[in-house]
Amino acid sequence: MKRFTGFALALLALGAIALAQNALLINGAGATFPYPAYSKWFDVYHKQKPAIQINYQSVGSGAGIRQVTEGTVDFGASDGPMTDKQLEDFTAKRGTQILHFPTVLGADVPTYNIPGVSAELNFTPDALAGIFLGSITKWNDPAIAGANKGVTLPAADILVIHRSDGSGTTYIWTDYLSKISDTWKTKVGTGTSVNWPVGLGGKGNEGVAGLVKQTPYAIGYVELIYAIQNKMPYGKIRNSAGVFVKADLAGVSAAAAGAAKTMPEDFRVSITNAPGKAAYPVSSFTWLLIPAHIQDAAKRDAIKGFLHWMLTEGQNYAEGLAYAKLPKEVVVKELKAISKIQ
Amino acid sequence: MMTSRRNPRLLWRKSLSAVMLSLTGVCAVVAVSVLFLILGYLVLHGGRSVNWDFFTKLPAPVGELGGGMANAILGSAKLLALASLIGVPIGLLGGVYLAEFGGRGAGFIVRYAADLLNGTPSIVIGIFAYALLVLPFKHFSTFSGAFALGIMMVPITLRSTEEFLRAVPLNLREGALALGASKSRAILTVVLPAAYRGILTAVLLALARVAGETAPLLFTAFSNRFWSPGWNQPTASLPVMIYTYAVSPYDDWHRQAWAAGLLLLGLVLVINVVARLVLLRGAAGRRS
Amino acid sequence: MRGAGSSLSPRSLFSRLCQGDEIARLITLLFAASVVLIALAIVYQLWVDSALSRHRFGLHFLVTSVWDPVFEQFGALPFIYGTLLTSAVALLLAVPLGIGAAIFLAELAPQRISAVCTFFIELLAAVPSVIYGLLGVFVLVPLMRQDVQPFLKNTLGFLPLFSGPAYGVGFLTAGIVLALMILPFIISVSREVLLSVPRDQREAALALGSTRWESTWRVVVPFARTGIFGSIFLALARALGETMAVTMVIGNTPQIAASLFAPGYTIAAVIANEFTEATSDLYLHALIELGLVLFLLTFILNGMARLLILLTERKGAEVRA
Repeated sequence: MKRFTGFALALLALGAIALAQNALLINGAGATFPYPAYSKWFDVYHKQKPAIQINYQSVGSGAGIRQVTEGTVDFGASDGPMTDKQLEDFTAKRGTQILHFPTVLGADVPTYNIPGVSAELNFTPDALAGIFLGSITKWNDPAIAGANKGVTLPAADILVIHRSDGSGTTYIWTDYLSKISDTWKTKVGTGTSVNWPVGLGGKGNEGVAGLVKQTPYAIGYVELIYAIQNKMPYGKIRNSAGVFVKADLAGVSAAAAGAAKTMPEDFRVSITNAPGKAAYPVSSFTWLLIPAHIQDAAKRDAIKGFLHWMLTEGQNYAEGLAYAKLPKEVVVKELKAISKIQ
Repeated sequence: MMTSRRNPRLLWRKSLSAVMLSLTGVCAVVAVSVLFLILGYLVLHGGRSVNWDFFTKLPAPVGELGGGMANAILGSAKLLALASLIGVPIGLLGGVYLAEFGGRGAGFIVRYAADLLNGTPSIVIGIFAYALLVLPFKHFSTFSGAFALGIMMVPITLRSTEEFLRAVPLNLREGALALGASKSRAILTVVLPAAYRGILTAVLLALARVAGETAPLLFTAFSNRFWSPGWNQPTASLPVMIYTYAVSPYDDWHRQAWAAGLLLLGLVLVINVVARLVLLRGAAGRRS
Repeated sequence: MRGAGSSLSPRSLFSRLCQGDEIARLITLLFAASVVLIALAIVYQLWVDSALSRHRFGLHFLVTSVWDPVFEQFGALPFIYGTLLTSAVALLLAVPLGIGAAIFLAELAPQRISAVCTFFIELLAAVPSVIYGLLGVFVLVPLMRQDVQPFLKNTLGFLPLFSGPAYGVGFLTAGIVLALMILPFIISVSREVLLSVPRDQREAALALGSTRWESTWRVVVPFARTGIFGSIFLALARALGETMAVTMVIGNTPQIAASLFAPGYTIAAVIANEFTEATSDLYLHALIELGLVLFLLTFILNGMARLLILLTERKGAEVRA
């Protein structure tokens, strides 16, 4: 018993003293959508500035919004901009405003796993809405086959996979579906967590990708990089100009081009179903959520320093991970906005 | 003497008996083999991945190969150490009260509360620790995770301490008292040491139980890509890493999840075996 | 002798204090009381932090099957259904297997084998939930999807119970994983109660000409019946609260479906998934209310279990006396 207590006390001391590095630990949580990029950024930044450790946990945009509102993390991240009500909640709880900082541009892609079909499928907006509403149940339904002449689609049931957690990726996807389908808008709506008519849930982009990869005849929506990293096929979607576009950096940048010029002060904007021939319809900004007032001076400076780095050097890493850089006009505006953090 | 009239019926009953009894044997074999199946899979998939990197490196950025779980291993160690420091004294001293001082009414209430705690799903304990220690202080922390785990250790420690203290023979106590020791001194120097093995077993079993708990850590210790200095920051832990990596689509993460699973299960089983051996040796020692 | 008096007179109290007895008593009382305090605090926190949801939905919460965070409609029914269904499947699989094994270990096996087997089975009880989940995801789910579910569909597919697409994840898979997890509890407790059945019961049956099986099944097991039921309740209470293994194989979909192949959700799993991200206070309170429901369920079951086990042991003692 004595030995045990002694051992425990030693461990306690060890934990407290020996590992109390001088490193400043900043905690963030939120979106899985940009996680590959953030993970890379925070790693590179830590190598450049070893005294700063930014611990980001990819737990979903919903959790990011919630935890930064409660103050249990220093910053949040979300691909769905906070609603007005959420902004009010934040100010009510924390006594200051929450600022949105776009970081990169990404795309939600419809990824699928159909044994025997390796071709790239074309999806019309109606087909996607129907699949996720549950009104289209088989792969060889005319709504899908019509846009894919030349591909033999099996008569198998479509297994829909969606997010089980509160997700900005879901927000982007449902935002798009609400825009192109009135049925979806009234029946389900837009949100980080919705009442899905069909399908089963995976946790995080990672979970959805994992499930689609392992489940034959499945379809799900994930951020582009997850489909690429896992070598999963993803389809083209017909945009508002009638062109079938595959998600890539050009398509996403084209979608953001219009919004870049009319970007509001708080940077909250939706670019799904954007006009333009080259625009990819399910594109989105993703944001870091930073409180306007940060008490701890060291943390404040570290976060501001990181934001500056992110907008300049960090952007160079985006394309390597299949995220599009921010438009120049947006970067300029954001650099100015950093000074709002007090 | 069997008449030919009763023979067929008897034959039927006898063969039924043989069949049913062998079926029960099959059941037992199945039950035991589940354990070996689990171990087998973990060794098969995780064995090769438990290498030096696994023990020494931090996790790599998403999608990149390599990296390890050094911070999770240390995180789990810290969580368990602190959980024991929180849960064992409460259970131990509470058990002493029940066995040595407690009245009937008070004893009943305390035992009832311990049973309540024991039956509480671990996720509910996680919610409690979040509301108590994360929200008001505005950060996830090793401490809140250890607190949740510590609460879970209390019921087992409490009941076992009481049981083993009560089992100490009366003449040992009376001997101590006859020699002039006060009650508390008798407990401390005679009764507790006599029950020491049983209590240690219980503590080890409680430790093994919470070592694998994931749910309460999800909202308390959260997770951390880096080392977690001190007790006030979020920390990575083996069970949470296993969960996170297992549901991801990255093969490299899957490999690491198996390795972590093997390590965790190994730890839990070793603690269990040691605990039982302690008890057995104690019993043997007393008999000889 | 000093301090020998038990009266509360100031002098004896003081001397007892000096000897440390009273201090010891107070200290240990404090720690024992803290157990009660913690238990009460948990109940209190669950009650208070689910207030918004309780006031908004009242008892309808228990029978509504909508879970819609966008329109803020929350109902517990799909989760209660999922929790009960997976537990029922788990019991259906684990009880026959467990009682069978317990009978073998208590009645038939030689002492050494019984002890060794019991040792291994009790080790099984120590395997953490997340490890079961790990094996569930990588071993069981593909097995279900590729072999078991199609097989069941081909043979029993006419039953609504085995209809629908074969995802691999779902109620059935979660039930199987739970069955494996509660098996050790049923076995070890049942074995204990079977061993506590007085010897003469068995011997009387055998003396009357019954076969080994008949004496076990018709005399010993019924005698231990209440204790065995107790073990089942205990296992059920454990199954209800299981979180990690279930959330990794159940499909995370709040729905009530007739088919065992369908994905579903349990109370513990939805709390684990959605707690840190409940974006509105009502949402959070609804989740905590679910926690309260789960807590009550396990509380009632645990109480019944303890009572039953106690009754069996007392019965055995009575008969022996």
